[in-house]
Amino acid sequence: MAVAAPSPANTELGRLERVWLPRPGLLGWLTTVDHKRIGLLYLGATAVFFGAGGVEAMIMRSQLATPNEHLVGPSTYDELFTTHGVTMIFLFVIPMSLGAFGNYLVPLLIGARDMAFPRLNALSFWLFLGSGCLIYTGLFMGTGPNAGWFDYVPLALRQYDPGPGVDFYAIGLIFNGISTTAAAINFIVTILKLRAPGMSLNRMPLFCFANLAASVALVFALPALTIDLVFLELQRKLGFHFFDPAHGGRPLLWQNLFWIFGHPEVYVIVLPAFGIATSIIPTFSRRRMLAFPLVALAELLVVFIGFGVWAHHMFTTGLPTATLVFFAAASMMVVIPSTIQIFAWTLTVLGGTPVFRAPLLFIGGFVVFFVIGGLSGIMFTAIPFDQAATDTYFVVAHLHFVIFGAAVFPLLGGLYYWFPKVTGRMYHEGWAVATFWIVAVGTTATFFPMHIVGLLGMTRRVYTYGSGLGWGIYNLIETIGGFVLATGLVAIAANLIWSYRRGSPAGPDPFYGGTLEWTVPSPPPHYNFAVIPRVSSPYPNWDRGDREVDARRLERDEISLPGGHETPTSSAADAFPAEVAEMPAESVWPILLALCATVIFALLLTSHFAAAGFAALVAALVLVGWHGDEPVTP
Amino acid sequence: LRPANDYPQVSTTKRAAEPPPAGARRGVFSRSRGWATGRMVSRDGLRVFLLSALVATVLSGCGGNQDALSPHSNAQGQIVELWWVMAAGAAIGFVVIVSLLYAGWSRRERRVDAGSGDKHLTRVVVVLGIAVPVVVLSALFVWADIFVIGSTAAPARGSVQLTISVIAHQWWWEVRYPGTRAVTANEIHVPTNTRVDVVGTSADVIHSFWVPELNRKIDLIPGLTNSVLIDAQQAGRYRGQCSEFCGVQHAHMAVAVVAQPPARFRAWLANMARPAVAPATTMERQGLATFLSDSCASCHTLRGTAADGDVGPDLTHLATRTTLAALTIPNTPAYLHGWIADPQRVKPGAKMPAVPLSSRQLGELVAYLDHLR
Repeated sequence: MAVAAPSPANTELGRLERVWLPRPGLLGWLTTVDHKRIGLLYLGATAVFFGAGGVEAMIMRSQLATPNEHLVGPSTYDELFTTHGVTMIFLFVIPMSLGAFGNYLVPLLIGARDMAFPRLNALSFWLFLGSGCLIYTGLFMGTGPNAGWFDYVPLALRQYDPGPGVDFYAIGLIFNGISTTAAAINFIVTILKLRAPGMSLNRMPLFCFANLAASVALVFALPALTIDLVFLELQRKLGFHFFDPAHGGRPLLWQNLFWIFGHPEVYVIVLPAFGIATSIIPTFSRRRMLAFPLVALAELLVVFIGFGVWAHHMFTTGLPTATLVFFAAASMMVVIPSTIQIFAWTLTVLGGTPVFRAPLLFIGGFVVFFVIGGLSGIMFTAIPFDQAATDTYFVVAHLHFVIFGAAVFPLLGGLYYWFPKVTGRMYHEGWAVATFWIVAVGTTATFFPMHIVGLLGMTRRVYTYGSGLGWGIYNLIETIGGFVLATGLVAIAANLIWSYRRGSPAGPDPFYGGTLEWTVPSPPPHYNFAVIPRVSSPYPNWDRGDREVDARRLERDEISLPGGHETPTSSAADAFPAEVAEMPAESVWPILLALCATVIFALLLTSHFAAAGFAALVAALVLVGWHGDEPVTP
Repeated sequence: LRPANDYPQVSTTKRAAEPPPAGARRGVFSRSRGWATGRMVSRDGLRVFLLSALVATVLSGCGGNQDALSPHSNAQGQIVELWWVMAAGAAIGFVVIVSLLYAGWSRRERRVDAGSGDKHLTRVVVVLGIAVPVVVLSALFVWADIFVIGSTAAPARGSVQLTISVIAHQWWWEVRYPGTRAVTANEIHVPTNTRVDVVGTSADVIHSFWVPELNRKIDLIPGLTNSVLIDAQQAGRYRGQCSEFCGVQHAHMAVAVVAQPPARFRAWLANMARPAVAPATTMERQGLATFLSDSCASCHTLRGTAADGDVGPDLTHLATRTTLAALTIPNTPAYLHGWIADPQRVKPGAKMPAVPLSSRQLGELVAYLDHLR
């Protein structure tokens, strides 16, 4: 039930509007601390990186279309597959699902007026943009990262890879990690402390559980990657010996640290997508999510177990059998939270009155592809099979069903689902349904044959292959599928751009969604909620009584906290009202600090250590400025 | 018809041995470059095309497959059995879930009260989402990770009749037979129905040794050794490929396991252990002289001569191998000629440099190398 009211100048609502009004023009966007604007900035930037990663994929698929192609040479191909992996994981899926969807939606879903740390939020975005640009500078200079996204040593050491490609990778990802860590901490605090009164943990949307779980995973996983990258750069730039067996170092140290980060990372990639699925399914099934507490626990549990399975990426490195068996058993345990969720999703649809509009179709596709990727994933817990199939196209098939099928499909469904909320206009339904089928067919044709060609012995990361091995036909189908898929994605973008201009007005709640974002106008006002809503169930928009109370308060102009740039905070578990937090106004410091950081990392990359130290000094001055206009807490 | 690998323009004539024109870098068989630019296709080029097409056909026939689902050993047989059982189980799981989705689709017009039947459906979630997977996964765990793992694990000390040492290099395989002087490269001969322990390590970056029709793969890591059992049931040629990304020519780092009846294997091994055959003709003698005086000898070994380089493969019995450059091209005089003349055209990034030789020297060198049986 939506609440909207006129806003005459001298009412409480008018005061609220004035306090939250953003600066106009470009400057308003550059200095914004509004979670909705930052979410849109993330959406734009990650869409561009997705396009770049997609172009890289299409070049690779063209190169592999037939045996012995010569579209690109081996070194270019190596840069392409490395940058494709880095882009899709670090610059697209995670920043789009957490940065764009999470930023825009979490405060709206929990009844808050912004994220807990709005300026840190802005800093996260600008740091992310800086790190992405830094990584791509390498590619455009013809010295892109070329040792794989997994960047195994000794191949990534200077001895075997003397160019700056690996430095772009390592320094770029250390830089990126700062942005992601800041964002993750912001999400954890926001979700735990800024929920509307009454939204105790058992009433919190599953989308927020998913984002909370992913953020916790990031905070604990990223240090392993950062340490690994610091070791690598110390060895590459200053001659340390962390990975050098001749001096007591170990190449496998890299792999252990990398996968201690890398496997939880997989759950960071899929969890926010699960959150989107658990938002779309109840709305279009017209019923609440089945087994709600079990699903919430599963989302948290998968992160916990996910930290104990990393060595299943290393089953062929010669680990002792006891180690293999332990990690295989843990990898089997991590399956259970996913099976709980799969059956909760499908049975919620089954037990409701489903309306198969485009967002739910994408979630249906997501379930099918996630099941395929999950079932092939289970096969890798059978150690002897893993030892045969690892590093073949069978793994490429598996990981793309998980990442493209299970993470990107919900993102696409979510784009359609929340498009009316963000723009105030409806997308074109018929076109959206058509794009679903194009993308679904493209995905199947691109990734399914990879299972077969992998079992026929095609190994990963080869820039070409001979014609006598029976791989040609499958690769050709994959390439055709890839172009179908790309066409579908472009058609989705076209639908959204057209609908942004021409779509019919959506109104506040076109789908009768259950969560709080549907209680406010579309697009939401800058302050999100004039009246901080009362919450007494996980689907507050379906609680007519509560919403009528809010509507009456709005009519009587009883606005929550009208006088300042403020949002209420609450206790972490039960969401009892705690205090009022004053939120910072727009600020130029986050973008300035991010600019300094970009300069620092660019100088580190080029080994200008003294100049980097000087830039760090400038950054410290910016920090002093930042803290100079800290909001005063009453 | 296309060759197994896109060989560069290689010909037996002297003209083709000269440095190629810039536009010819991609060779005559690649997509239309040479044809479309109006460059005349010489009769030599056509002959080479037909020849290499023939060789490619032959190679794809006897070059060995790397189909992991056609096992030729007990260990791989067990892996394949595991695969088919898991594939069947996965198919059942897939059908169950898709049926549930379809049931949801077919009920899209139905009217129900939101929230009805929660208790019953939650019980279904618990049974299908927890109980069934726990039972199925436990069974898989016991079968695969406790029983099958025994037959693909590294062979126990003393349980094998032969040990072969494989040292991976960027981008070729050094093969040694401990206890003998035999050293070869890229083509590993083994006796059939014999338990052979392949012990692998790496001289540079991490590689992975995998012959899909015979067993699992092992990573070859500098400073560590891993071993895998090879026990081919039938004589034949089994293709494998490096499976861990190892640099620009990762794609052209293939390996062949040649399984022979034990008597033939012993004869082969005895020959491998011998020093290089002495040159017989003047041309071959000139070829050896070129090998020793030029940079060849600084990287390659010819046992029985002064050449003792250890950077590239041992060439003592080069002519007994069927392929060059880690299975990239067939080992015929024409291809050998083209390879020595410009290795970077065949395998861009390979560590072997083009050595400036006159076409006469090149011809003598090829004649000599082709005689090293």
